[in-house]
Amino acid sequence: MNGFGTPAYDVSHLLGGGVLLLSFVLLYQRRIGAVINGFAVQGALLACAAAWQAYVQGAPGLYLTAVIAFGAKAVAIPLALRLLVGRLGLHRAVETSLGIGASLLAAIGLVGLSVLVVLPVTAGGATPLARVDLTIALSVVLLGMLAMIARRNAISQVIGLLSLENGLILGAVGVAGMPLVVELSTAALVLVAAMVAAVVVFQIRERLDTLDTHILDRQRGDA
Amino acid sequence: MPLPWVLVFFAWGGAALLAALPPRLGVARFVNIGVSAGSLVLALALLGYPHGEQGWTRIDGLNLPFVAVSAIVGLTTAVFSAGTVKGERFDDLRARAYHASFQLFMGAQFLALIGDNMGVMWVAIEIATLASVLMVGVHGTPAAVEAAWKFFILCGVGIALALFGTTLLYLAAQPVVGSGDPGLSWAALRAVAASCDGGLLSLAFVFLLVGYGTKAGLVPLHSWLPDAEAEGPLPICAVLSGLLLNAALLAVLRAEAIVGAHPGALPAGPFLIGFGLLSLLLAAFSLWWRKDARRLFAWSSIEHVGLATLAFGIGGAVANLAGILHLLGHSLVKSGVFFAVGAAAQIKRSQKVADIGGLAASHPSLGWGLALGIAGLAGMPPFALFVSEFSLVAEGAARLPWLVLPVGLGLLVAAAALIRAMVALCLGVPTRDNPVEGAFALPGGLLWATGPVWLHLALAAALGFAAPAGFVALLREGARILG
Repeated sequence: MNGFGTPAYDVSHLLGGGVLLLSFVLLYQRRIGAVINGFAVQGALLACAAAWQAYVQGAPGLYLTAVIAFGAKAVAIPLALRLLVGRLGLHRAVETSLGIGASLLAAIGLVGLSVLVVLPVTAGGATPLARVDLTIALSVVLLGMLAMIARRNAISQVIGLLSLENGLILGAVGVAGMPLVVELSTAALVLVAAMVAAVVVFQIRERLDTLDTHILDRQRGDA
Repeated sequence: MPLPWVLVFFAWGGAALLAALPPRLGVARFVNIGVSAGSLVLALALLGYPHGEQGWTRIDGLNLPFVAVSAIVGLTTAVFSAGTVKGERFDDLRARAYHASFQLFMGAQFLALIGDNMGVMWVAIEIATLASVLMVGVHGTPAAVEAAWKFFILCGVGIALALFGTTLLYLAAQPVVGSGDPGLSWAALRAVAASCDGGLLSLAFVFLLVGYGTKAGLVPLHSWLPDAEAEGPLPICAVLSGLLLNAALLAVLRAEAIVGAHPGALPAGPFLIGFGLLSLLLAAFSLWWRKDARRLFAWSSIEHVGLATLAFGIGGAVANLAGILHLLGHSLVKSGVFFAVGAAAQIKRSQKVADIGGLAASHPSLGWGLALGIAGLAGMPPFALFVSEFSLVAEGAARLPWLVLPVGLGLLVAAAALIRAMVALCLGVPTRDNPVEGAFALPGGLLWATGPVWLHLALAAALGFAAPAGFVALLREGARILG
């Protein structure tokens, strides 16, 4: 059970690998729209991974996590960000503070690092499934941090943090029997959702360089 | 509902009430005081509550003193806030958001302190973060939004890492505790830590230390703190410096206590000593360059949290007691100093050190209160910080003699910088008053600030030299829990 060659292991490995792959995609996209799309796909894959874990572990609570993750990360947040980008006319390329090539090389280094950190440490107790899951989760977390450092503007920093949080959820759902996992993943989602709400205000300031409430009112009137 | 939860939900109920209250009644600031006073009564009642864990909460010698001090600082902050809130010139919406998020923050602060379940503690610290972001950014000026954004991003990453650490903690304990709520209970984890996987525990500790350490303002994860303190409304400095940092550091210590129970895990002490020393030294030198009074005292908070972390890193009953006493004393003295600086900032319409001068001559009660408070922060008697720093240095000299040189250097440099600031702010020729409209317009005037300042000074002195025997026993028990 839970070893290489069993469906439980292979499918979660595949889904986790997909989430990690999307983290790389987020790093090399230059256009904001493409970054948002990449994040939406990552959210959908994360929801599949959570649902698969719910099935494998026989933990119905995780289906709830999967549904919430899908609704928020694959649909609602990308939609909100797209509306914001459209309304502010931000169709320009993302400013990077680290070149694309350099960030991809750094990303490969970080994945290697998390393999080197997690696999020896977990050699004792954890199941093979949990070990691989944790390695992938840590890689996604580190790549999210890298995306935050590599990008300048607020919107792509938030997407970096959102994908970091995807890594957290991936890690938490992969640990069988984790208490409060649904509550914790929902609470983490509230945090990033608040951040998305904040970026709406922040982008207005970045663009118009003011936060006068009557300008906010005018923006609201436009919508 | 058990009393610990009553305390949390009383504050949150107050937040809901303050959010719903129509602003035109103009009573929000007094309701805020009332809710805080109720919380204080509940927190004091909690002192007589039986110790031990109960569901997701636990009451012990480690968190009770912090709950009591949090409630006291919460009440005095609400009083100070009532005197200064008109001077902040909030519109209706902002006034509502400010008062409601203040009580939301207080409830989350209590929950973070009394949470036994590491997951619940994480959620509480997250709620406290959201509430304080709202308070820091409530003015909506570019500088305030910038500060709130920096706070949000840095602490967001910090608490995200802490959640990863929490997951790892459970993964380490899973083979021993099985599934269900006990898997994240601090008491249960601590009991079984010795038979858990040491490597996983060490990895979990690193994430929890970096995650919660960001919130505690440890160098090099501190850069949000001075901005947040300088740009938010005046009263929130007191609760950010006095309360939030304590709750975050306590979370680090809870994690340390679990990991420390495993003989093969990474020793946590050297990490804490390293972070503490770095914070102390960087802050001590940075204090010399600060021109903004609120930033100056924010840096002094970094210094003091660093000192406390250092004490916990040395470990053992004496050093742990010094660390706990230091955190409590710092909460009281620092929030008192922030009240005085805040009042001065409204009287002079500036928070630059150069614009606030000669307070002792122009406003004797305020000026001397501030002078005494700064002397307390510099480690002078008769305040608790003198006692804790003395026993920290004595214990450090006995156990790790090499520490004496860097710690002594840090303490001296910081004290000299603070005394220089005290001379500039309180003594000398008074600068011209230019009060903000509406500042201290309530009957009683400046008493709304000087009352809390002197109360805090008296409590800090009592904590150092005349604490009731029962309270000292509680502190000792807390030190023993940390081991």
